[in-house]
Amino acid sequence: MPDGPTAAGAAGDLRPGEVEIKNLNLNFGPQHPAAHGVLRLVLEMDGEIVERADPHIGLLHRGTEKLIEQKTYLQAVPYFDRLDYVAPMNQEHAFALATEKLLDLEVPPRGQAIRVLYAEIGRVLNHLLNVPAYAMDVGALTPFLWAFEEREKLMAFYERVCGARLHAAYFRPGGVHRDLPAGLIGDIREWRAAFPKIVDDIETLLTENRIFKQRSVDIGVVDAKDALDWGFSGPMLRASGLAWDLRKAQPYDGYEAYDFDIPVGRNGDCYDRYLVRVEEMRQSLRIIDQALDRLETLDGAVAADDNKVTPPKRGEMKRSMEALIHHFKLYTEGYRVPAGETYSAVEAPKGEFGVYLVADGTNKPYRCKIRAPGFAHLQATEFMSKGHMLADVCAIVGSMDVVFGEVDR
Amino acid sequence: MSLEALQDLKEHVLAVLSPEAIEADIVRGELCVTVGRASIVKALTRLRDDPNCAFTCLVDLCGVDWPARERRFDVVYNLLSVTSNLRCRVKVHTDEETPVPSVAEVFSAAGWFEREAWDLYGIYFSDNPDLRRLLTDYGFDGHPLRKDFPLTGFVEVRYDEEQKRVVYEPVTLQQDYRTFDFLSPWEGMTRGLPPSAPGDEKAGQAGAAEDQGHA
Repeated sequence: MPDGPTAAGAAGDLRPGEVEIKNLNLNFGPQHPAAHGVLRLVLEMDGEIVERADPHIGLLHRGTEKLIEQKTYLQAVPYFDRLDYVAPMNQEHAFALATEKLLDLEVPPRGQAIRVLYAEIGRVLNHLLNVPAYAMDVGALTPFLWAFEEREKLMAFYERVCGARLHAAYFRPGGVHRDLPAGLIGDIREWRAAFPKIVDDIETLLTENRIFKQRSVDIGVVDAKDALDWGFSGPMLRASGLAWDLRKAQPYDGYEAYDFDIPVGRNGDCYDRYLVRVEEMRQSLRIIDQALDRLETLDGAVAADDNKVTPPKRGEMKRSMEALIHHFKLYTEGYRVPAGETYSAVEAPKGEFGVYLVADGTNKPYRCKIRAPGFAHLQATEFMSKGHMLADVCAIVGSMDVVFGEVDR
Repeated sequence: MSLEALQDLKEHVLAVLSPEAIEADIVRGELCVTVGRASIVKALTRLRDDPNCAFTCLVDLCGVDWPARERRFDVVYNLLSVTSNLRCRVKVHTDEETPVPSVAEVFSAAGWFEREAWDLYGIYFSDNPDLRRLLTDYGFDGHPLRKDFPLTGFVEVRYDEEQKRVVYEPVTLQQDYRTFDFLSPWEGMTRGLPPSAPGDEKAGQAGAAEDQGHA
């Protein structure tokens, strides 16, 4: 193969024995299963080598930010479930934190522990999708089926606490919507005891698998400096060797009191990103344990005790006129949030999920910018896949852990 | 993050950015610096390269629309320093016509964020190597996140069976879009709000209307 792309001149310029080679433009997606949703990737190929990659996004753009500007703060919460629908509550968490910051609200300890518990369940949910989906991108089908069985169990926990498997609307400004139902803690413990076996099983299929390693080791290498330059966060950044985790660095909702480790990669390739995610599942289990212990001893409210923000109890409404009025006003007018702005971020399973919230003193957000980790990661597709083979693009996009709900918003 | 560390950072940032910085504030434990539009590249480069700041990561870049203002757009840069564990927000003001110098050379991550701001707000970034639309449809007209852009948009699409293709048509709503003005003089949240909250001005009007009803 001749060096470099030969944007061939007229055929007459060729000397005997030379062949004219043209770069091939390839449309990858938006209906391709390895595009993880609706990614249209326009690739310029030199043979099987990627010369240029141009991701076209926005095919799932729903105008979330515009819609949120028309809704009250409480009505904005469910939009966050629909961003990264793989781990919905982690998104709500960022919005709840931003609103609480502007309102200057404190979440009671029990509410914080429930949030931590469900944020970690969300992390396991997410990694249970991404790890095997990535494995499927590089040719392994079985882990996907095993992981989905576990995801079902976790979504049942979602359902028991908020009534919905996916679109939870559970973390609300001020705390969480309601307390855990009886028996849930025991059931989560039961699941937790059985789950490490599943992680081990998935690992036996993948970690030392020759094909899996051939497809992922040294593919899409990013060093720490480039990772920061491209705005990477979460497992993408940690796989490049930087021990940066918002739960440790800028703790929120009491994360500083939990004991867990941050897994860090060494080479910043697809294989390290896989390893980091698997280890994060194990660390999440440690946090879940501690949160459950805490919930067994902690009593009290799950949401801030402020009638002007959190709605009254149903029973109270039957007896107190004041409570009834508050309930009515909170679900129609909502609460006003003092003018100001804040950027609040959480360590979502995919990376730093941030909400830049501008309030103008009314009951609706003036501007709500959603900073999705996948957006920054996907942007680096060309940087990461240049010079790789076509099949590696699937591996690279798979290892980025993109979900188009949050990329396109 | 302690307030002292932030104070130190503020002073340091002001020293580093001098004379580009226009103002710097710490509100709710977050540092926000406003700089002149023309010097944004210089300012971000210095914040990135100064060893004590080391804001090496551009976390987010977005526009905010204030139509009543003379220069209606804010461009907001959220920076993160992983070495000193600090965040900093940099802002510039601009309007529909005036371009903002692109910082894609300083932070690779800025490329798409600027495309998004261009797409949704129509903020022009000069020298961005690839300033195409990003999130909206191919051939979309207008900038949807501007406050004067209607929520419903202007066109809708459907598949036309006769022409065997997707066609664009002006929006027709089966039911009028209903917005309810729920802002009332109800004594809601008062903490941190000015004594007269938005909506309070209606208190007098409502009273007047009631008087008329009685008469």
